[in-house]
Amino acid sequence: MTSTVMEIKDLALEFKVSRSIVDVIRRRPGKVVRALNGVSLHMEKGETLGVVGESGCGKSTLARCIVRLYEPNRGKIKFRNQDIFAADFRNDRSYNKRVQMMFQDPYSSLNPRMTAGQIITEALSVHEMRPPAEIPARMAELLDLVRLSQDAAEKLPHEFSGGQRQRIAIARALAVEPEVLIADELVSALDVSVQAQVVNLLLELQERLNLTIMFVAHDLRLVRHVSNRVAVIYLGRIVEIGDSESLFSNPAHPYSQALLSAAPSVDPDDTSGAIRLEGELPSPLNVPPGCAFHVRCPYKTENCTRDIPVLRLIENMGEVACHNAEEIAKNA
Amino acid sequence: MIEQKLLEIENLSTTFSRGGMALPAVRDVSFSVGKGEVLGLVGESGSGKSVTLRSVLGLSKRYGDVTGSVKWCGTDISGFSERKMRQVRGCEIAMIFQEPMTSLNPLLTVGLQITETLSAHTKLNGAERRKRAIEMLDMVGIPSAAERLGDYPHQFSGGMRQRVMIAIALAAHPKLLLADEPTTALDVTIQAQILDLIMLLAKEMDMGVVLVTHDLGVVAQTCRNVAVMYAGRIVEQGAVRQVLKSPHHPYTVGLMRSVPQDVPPRTQLYSVPGTPPSLENLPAGCAFAPRCQNTSSNCKIERPMLVNTDAGRKLACFNPVQALQGELA
Repeated sequence: MTSTVMEIKDLALEFKVSRSIVDVIRRRPGKVVRALNGVSLHMEKGETLGVVGESGCGKSTLARCIVRLYEPNRGKIKFRNQDIFAADFRNDRSYNKRVQMMFQDPYSSLNPRMTAGQIITEALSVHEMRPPAEIPARMAELLDLVRLSQDAAEKLPHEFSGGQRQRIAIARALAVEPEVLIADELVSALDVSVQAQVVNLLLELQERLNLTIMFVAHDLRLVRHVSNRVAVIYLGRIVEIGDSESLFSNPAHPYSQALLSAAPSVDPDDTSGAIRLEGELPSPLNVPPGCAFHVRCPYKTENCTRDIPVLRLIENMGEVACHNAEEIAKNA
Repeated sequence: MIEQKLLEIENLSTTFSRGGMALPAVRDVSFSVGKGEVLGLVGESGSGKSVTLRSVLGLSKRYGDVTGSVKWCGTDISGFSERKMRQVRGCEIAMIFQEPMTSLNPLLTVGLQITETLSAHTKLNGAERRKRAIEMLDMVGIPSAAERLGDYPHQFSGGMRQRVMIAIALAAHPKLLLADEPTTALDVTIQAQILDLIMLLAKEMDMGVVLVTHDLGVVAQTCRNVAVMYAGRIVEQGAVRQVLKSPHHPYTVGLMRSVPQDVPPRTQLYSVPGTPPSLENLPAGCAFAPRCQNTSSNCKIERPMLVNTDAGRKLACFNPVQALQGELA
């Protein structure tokens, strides 16, 4: 039986671009980057939710909102029915303990002047996970869990390779025994063979500790491999969300179709029609009206330039935000 | 008559030194590229792919010791003076560097950076250069090219900057393009556009391309031939279909199997155990032996040479993996 761990409703976040002195003098209104425009999703206990999209689409912003690094302008994030931005809960550190994040760049997310042991110990002692006497033993246990040797505790981050650093980051996140892990491009900076090692470790730990994982990545093959469900984001809005296998084998939204077919296959004989998108992601400073994708969409109709499509459940598919999803599916 | 190869590299080795220690970054690399041919160079980071390209252009000379022969259209250019090299570099052989964010000069307009190449290598006058620059930007798919000539690199997005890099590289109509991870920093949709463009140009202008990448999917979809590098050496080389469909070197097999394609979801992925060796202490025998599952006693003592096996494939291994399907699946 599954239970909902995290529920996100209509999340929106805008960043104000600082106005230059010229803008102020000319009384030009400040510009706003609309990073998230109403994202709604939920995560079930023990599942992996993959989040994919092009850079600048708001994937990382979403991840950062969940761990309260950013505060949204609108919308709610509920963790076990508790609004995480509610005034009385905001300073509750126990939330940080239960939801942990791992970052993209293994070269800048670890303090270069702390040893791996200190990094993990810090997490253990700040959250008072163990009485001080038991901390060294727990740290050894954690190093063992992520398959680093015991002498790793004495080493500084620069002495490790990228893959090993990401393992330290995983150990640090797991030190506080979280329920939810947010992995923001955890393996993007790693080579294929090392990538596989880290992904294997993550899958194994998830099973053992019954973790709920949000896996944000741009490598579609990898997301397909690790996720139960996948959300495709375009300009701060979910355009399609559904069961991983059915979404990958039969994407409904024209953007998902193009995104998925753009990933090159390792089979040289597999040249099956890749859909090429025209142009690039529009700037989030200036999100097109109506369906944000209509400027690049090969199937656009008049309706698309006017009305914003909402996520709706389509038979045999997941939830899709497209006015013409049925038409497109019929003609495919 | 055998067609003249554009670029022929033989036994290219590049050694850097650090604190009196020799770091063999590239060892005995040999390959050739013909007109219109696209060669893929794959390997993990630190395997010497980029250094190989830089050594071809004489860019590593200042930092390390380069030996071996680099023949460009039949002439050995490895001993060329910096002055003579400059006529080849950028004009006949062009290079696209890995990071579009850092390889453009932030203080110069994009138009100036393109026309700079043209004034160095062609006899066009100012107006013609400008015209050509607009043509190039148009060709790489930058909208309203004429207006964007006066823009600075920071006014372009990552994908656009990479296109500007390509436009600069192609401005003087090179015969050979060395592309060092041209799409690694980009999104898949933009990657597809850029690769399509490079392929189109290779076909239309009969340009040779050496494409360095670590994405096997990119190689599968764009290259005719491929060379797999490990710890500075080529370990397997051959036609793409041959090498990717039935890899023989255990390292190539490992790379292929760690790509999550056609494996049941949420199962353990295959991963090559261990990490690549550091250049400071390479193993005496085969560099891959410590991570290899097919080792025999001589792997640790003797280094396997890159030799021809079946139908044009070259392999450096004593115990090649015979069939991917039978034994490993």
